[in-house]
Amino acid sequence: MKTDWRARNHPAWWAFLVHRISGIVLTLFLPFHFWVLGMALNDAARMDDFFAWADRPLVKVAEAGLVILLAAHLTGGLRLMALEFLAWRGWQKDLLAVAAGLTVIAGVVFAYVV
Amino acid sequence: MSDFLTVRVWRGDEQGGFQTFEVPRLESQTVLDVVSHIQRQLDPTLAYRFACRVGMCGSCAMTVNGKARWTCRTHVAKVAADGNLELAPLAHLPVVRDLVTDMSAFFDKWARARGQFHPTATRKDPFARIRPDSAQRINADAGIECIGCGVCYASCDVVQWRPDYLGPAALNRAWTLVNDERDGAQAERLRAVAGDAGCHACHTHLSCTERCPKHISPTAGIAGLKRAAMKAALRGDL
Ligand code: SF4
Ligand code: SF4
Ligand code: FES
Repeated sequence: MKTDWRARNHPAWWAFLVHRISGIVLTLFLPFHFWVLGMALNDAARMDDFFAWADRPLVKVAEAGLVILLAAHLTGGLRLMALEFLAWRGWQKDLLAVAAGLTVIAGVVFAYVV
Repeated sequence: MSDFLTVRVWRGDEQGGFQTFEVPRLESQTVLDVVSHIQRQLDPTLAYRFACRVGMCGSCAMTVNGKARWTCRTHVAKVAADGNLELAPLAHLPVVRDLVTDMSAFFDKWARARGQFHPTATRKDPFARIRPDSAQRINADAGIECIGCGVCYASCDVVQWRPDYLGPAALNRAWTLVNDERDGAQAERLRAVAGDAGCHACHTHLSCTERCPKHISPTAGIAGLKRAAMKAALRGDL
């Protein structure tokens, strides 16, 4: 029999899911990111047009979302490295809370700055 | 507390289905008490396993309301406050019948992970002196109380995704031996657990750690194996 979905309802499994989904979304975003950066070399005017277009609330919200995903993926990755490389003494759930906290802070700071 | 529990119990093999029973609710009732009541009073053909009833033998694990648990030490009040219980065989193991799984694959993997102790001394030699406060002794202690119940194995997604994965219990066992100074099969063991189906396949979901009824963290041991394998590889020993 397969794992029942109810068995996955615990913080570390949700952390895995967030890490996986943020990783996939960021991977999909990267080519687009490089494409826009590439405009700086090939067609600066077009890039300016693009930035003008991007200067609207919905895009800003999407950018904030990306920053949150990036922060989640980064802190989640640091958490995993700590889990793998440090000796264990029962601080594993605190680490998860720290990762989630830093993610929220990054999102709030970004929203405040833009 | 209502007077009766509604208990859905898995019947048959993998293609089976749930059958519902009404079981009287009692004070301090364990999930195993419920299963025993059904088998003794309602349907003697129900197949299930238990032996010690006190959390030592590791034979009574089942899926209780979706989560793998030892049933002899799981109180109904804790898992079925609303009076509904759903009992199924452990996941990731072939179902023999009803609540009984074939655990051979689970235990074969302990052997594949070199879970046997390989002595380096004979009975004529003096006792090995291991300091209780040495890091290795502390590491081994953290994993040594495993009762082989299979709860971690049934909770691990990686076991489902790649059936050859050695799994948390076998790797936890290997880790206790990696920390046993008296053992003489260290290189073979590290080779056995460092393959694709070994410690590096673990995704650190921590489901095993979350569910182990003995509060062991196989994930911690697996992380230790990853570090040991990495160090051995850097030394060129792997
Ligand atoms: S931590 Fe590793 S062994 Fe434990 S459940 Fe997760 S993937 Fe499986
Ligand atoms: S590690 Fe825990 S859950 Fe896994 S077999 Fe041993 S006692 Fe059971
Ligand atoms: S019956 Fe032995 S552990 Fe539950």
